[in-house]
Amino acid sequence: MTNAMSEIEDADTIFIIGSNTATSHPLVATRIFRAIEKGARVLVADPRKNQIAAFADLYVRHRPGTDVALLNGMMKVILDKGLEDKAFIAENTEEFDAFKKLIDGVSLDEVSQITGVLLEDIHTLAEIYAKADKASIVYCMGITQHTNGVNNVKSLANLSMLTGNIGKYATGVNPLRGQNNVQGACDMGGLPNVYTGYQPVTLGAANKKFAEAWGVNELPTKIGLTIPEMLHGIEKDEVRALWIMGENPVVSDPDANHVVKALEKVELLIVQDIFLTPTARLAHVVLPGVSFAEKDGTFSNTERRVTRVRKAVEPVGEARQDWWIIQEISNRFGFKMDYASPEAIFKEIASLTPSYGGITYERLEGPGLQWPCPSLEHPGTPFLHKDGKFTRGKGLFHAIDYKPSAELVDDEYPFCMTTGRIYAHYHTGTMTRNSKALDFEAPEGFLEINPADAKALDVLDGHRVKIASRRGEIETRIMITERVEKGVVFMPFHFEEANVNKLTNPAYDPIAKIPELKVCAVKLEKVS
Amino acid sequence: MDYRNTLTTCTYCGCGCNFFLESLDGRLTGTIPCKTSPVNEGKLCIKGWNVHQFVQSEKRLTKPLLRKNGELVEVSWDEALNFVASGLKAAKSASGADSIGFFASAKVTNEENYLMQKFARAAVGTNNIDHCARL
Repeated sequence: MTNAMSEIEDADTIFIIGSNTATSHPLVATRIFRAIEKGARVLVADPRKNQIAAFADLYVRHRPGTDVALLNGMMKVILDKGLEDKAFIAENTEEFDAFKKLIDGVSLDEVSQITGVLLEDIHTLAEIYAKADKASIVYCMGITQHTNGVNNVKSLANLSMLTGNIGKYATGVNPLRGQNNVQGACDMGGLPNVYTGYQPVTLGAANKKFAEAWGVNELPTKIGLTIPEMLHGIEKDEVRALWIMGENPVVSDPDANHVVKALEKVELLIVQDIFLTPTARLAHVVLPGVSFAEKDGTFSNTERRVTRVRKAVEPVGEARQDWWIIQEISNRFGFKMDYASPEAIFKEIASLTPSYGGITYERLEGPGLQWPCPSLEHPGTPFLHKDGKFTRGKGLFHAIDYKPSAELVDDEYPFCMTTGRIYAHYHTGTMTRNSKALDFEAPEGFLEINPADAKALDVLDGHRVKIASRRGEIETRIMITERVEKGVVFMPFHFEEANVNKLTNPAYDPIAKIPELKVCAVKLEKVS
Repeated sequence: MDYRNTLTTCTYCGCGCNFFLESLDGRLTGTIPCKTSPVNEGKLCIKGWNVHQFVQSEKRLTKPLLRKNGELVEVSWDEALNFVASGLKAAKSASGADSIGFFASAKVTNEENYLMQKFARAAVGTNNIDHCARL
């Protein structure tokens, strides 16, 4: 997020796109509700009419995968009406002309046709957003989990720069991170191309710095493989051993049958987890780690706030601290590690990571600190890009054309499937489905379908259907609802016994390598 | 009776709400939202209110497991750790560091993610490390 969560309640316009905020980030939704009470206008664009849409001044239902078209349409209106922030563009951005040339060529009639959004609604969205003093964009995986994910994000960046809605209090672009420490896992270099704080692994100063600090002659300079590339690597006999810590790719990754085949093939599969997940069941060795309640350390949330995790109870059985497990394996592997505590590890992180440089456990005794926090005196950074000063220098406009999703509906697979979360569960359900109260709320999966489609299929609420894509088939019960439009169906991905990721498309964005979990083509059949 | 409240951070979504975990004689009994947290200001969602429930589930893994004759069987930590270390060593010497891959995790702490990428890069010698940021 470019802003702090608390700032959202002071925005005067909030544009929510591809985020089921009330379900997936309830405490961000709280801020949006408070903003509404203070008079903010809320715009929601989503293929599914989710809960937050009910509170919107304007809700538009664009077709899955047509975000770039919708955003380009909004920007066309803004430029046609001269609502852009000319001073901000001139002072703080570059490549505006190429961007403008592309937008000039956009036809609003075509946009309306592609997205299914009325012309007048595109105008209203654009005008409300552009005329706002403090407009904040909120987005989530509905924007990113597409083969056009990077283009979707860049289009939102274009929109914010075009109107100067960035780099101020309560004003910016706010991606909501789906998992409690996904920000931290990225910050810590749990990525194939960077060390901590996004320092590149390729030959350069950072590579040398880390080699020296870690006491090795050299570190690999070749960028590593992403998760989908590692799974392909197993098929090609290039990856032979895999260590999975606290992840459940059999349920979370697209084309699950394919994932299972790869994990069955790999010669050594090590899984470190707290439950015997569907992924752990395939392992050669399973290492019992501990839950958040049994460990000390830090998490970094979606607003870049680093906070403490504190041990409340002793680990169950012989489960061991995850850092201890890694350290023990490293020592037996022949690379010495000798940390006495998570705090000792954190000190090393701070010494090697400029954005975490001023953070200590002692300073985290309060409400936490938002990075960048480069020195012990630095108070942390609630919002980024202050006064239009971007990390790269000038804000870069990108001229982006709309491209359709990788798999579109056809006669054989006539329904567009999209996936997401429901309020009572989290991700692959490993934790929430082992919680009595949450399991009681939603014990099984389902398929949301529009009443007209249900009628055509001759099914009633609760009936079972078989759902098939080009990659697999599953069975589940249906829930008839107008949350989805005709021709679109939705399934939550929390339930391994009705694993929607057996159906999803592994095609991915060429840059971010993020799979297109939000759009695939399926067919439905009534189960008698 | 040993009753404690421990201030910590939620393990579910990216909001990162703060709360106190209540424990009685070493067992978790409840979750109380933290009123002074700038993130959640004394509120929690349904998942947060019930976050203590899965921690001491009977289904938790309590011992290392090793596949023997096709079955996962309980073994000692020594046996499991030696199996992993020697397996990784064998993979590296047979087909090189880049034949080994690592999935870090959005579920573990910063410190643990840091340690895993350090092990992958400095000990094994590969940048094949990623996590579920895209999923």
